[in-house]
Amino acid sequence: MTLIKVKSRGTDNVSGRRNLIINGAMQVAQRGTTSTGVNGYYTVDRFRIYNGSVGTLTTSQESSNGPTDVPKYSFKVAATNTASTSTSSDAWIRYVIETKDIENIPNITDSTKNFTVSFYVKCSNTGQSSIGIASGSYSSAQYVHPYTIAAADTWQRVSVTIPGNSLLSNVSGDFGIRMYWDTGAGTDYQTSSTNQWITSGDYAAAGNLQIIGVNGRYLQITGVQFELGDSASDFEHRSFTEELQLCQRYYFKSMDSPPADNIPNTDTTSGNGYMGFVMYANTSGRSPYFYFPVEMRTDPSVTIYSSERANTSGRFGIFTGVWGATASSTPVVDVKRAAFGITTSSGTSTGNSYLMAGGFDANADF
Amino acid sequence: MKIKDAQYYLNDDGNNQGIQVTMDNDKVIYVPLNTDNTDYAEIQRQVKAGTLTIKDAD
Repeated sequence: MTLIKVKSRGTDNVSGRRNLIINGAMQVAQRGTTSTGVNGYYTVDRFRIYNGSVGTLTTSQESSNGPTDVPKYSFKVAATNTASTSTSSDAWIRYVIETKDIENIPNITDSTKNFTVSFYVKCSNTGQSSIGIASGSYSSAQYVHPYTIAAADTWQRVSVTIPGNSLLSNVSGDFGIRMYWDTGAGTDYQTSSTNQWITSGDYAAAGNLQIIGVNGRYLQITGVQFELGDSASDFEHRSFTEELQLCQRYYFKSMDSPPADNIPNTDTTSGNGYMGFVMYANTSGRSPYFYFPVEMRTDPSVTIYSSERANTSGRFGIFTGVWGATASSTPVVDVKRAAFGITTSSGTSTGNSYLMAGGFDANADF
Repeated sequence: MKIKDAQYYLNDDGNNQGIQVTMDNDKVIYVPLNTDNTDYAEIQRQVKAGTLTIKDAD
């Protein structure tokens, strides 16, 4: 008889899915690898920034060979100008765990159980920063954990074990749990009541380093993990394909290259693209429904591009003997969680069918 | 979300199907009328704040 030793949770080499965070290793950056922005998703999937109407930020997916336990890719937010914050400044990196991913986990709402959040962080300066956890319905409950950045430009791992709380059952639609890395919160969002559940609506610790508005400062994170249990286990590595498919529930693009904004309008006659289906015109041109790889979180916002190189948004390419973009930028786009279709009366004529080209992206993230 | 222009578009039945949004960088986004969609929620917030008006469909 062969005996198989089964390891309990909390010991080394715990197997199986532990990490509730999608793209915690920052491998997937469908929108691009560097961008300047103020509010939204710009590079790494699932991690959103907000500048609180103060200053400008560059976000990027960084790639480096650091210490062996730190994932290769990371998400960097860097201030690119000098600006003053105010008491109401509200600046962060945010991740949202979807309600569907926590509703079957009673531990999170059980005060006798713990969950643990861990991540690697690197910063331009030494000092204090914090991670904030909040219920999906933001005002219900918050938990702020300050940590010290011991050395500038150096990776370190932060972990915090947090007791469950019944208030975490207060989700807001698909907003299950929110996570905030402070980049410049004003005093309106700061608390000194750290390492405990609070209801004051604060997500940052008082005394944190200010990133935004201080030109050249940056905060960089990777290896983000949210797991049940009393301690942080090693970061759970997943394959790129798996992470990409998980991300596509929230954002999908049909093009290889990033559908960057403001690409010069120089390629609208290109037939490049992956849509490649036929438009048929009777009283209007119609496309079949184009299905997303996975069902998206909600009906997504869709942008259509005239070629795979993403030139003129709001239009798509059709072949009428030569390639060209539709003249109108006002098609009717019927969007569902699983697919979308296009109807247009512009650029097509009765009784004809057309080869359709171009690309699109669909955004259903928080 | 910096919006330059927002206008409803209609389905075959003549009802509002979604909102065509032109961003300040001229990117055009088709936003469904679904409160779970974050863009739609933001549009509603801006309308409520009085900073955005959605034009009727043509």
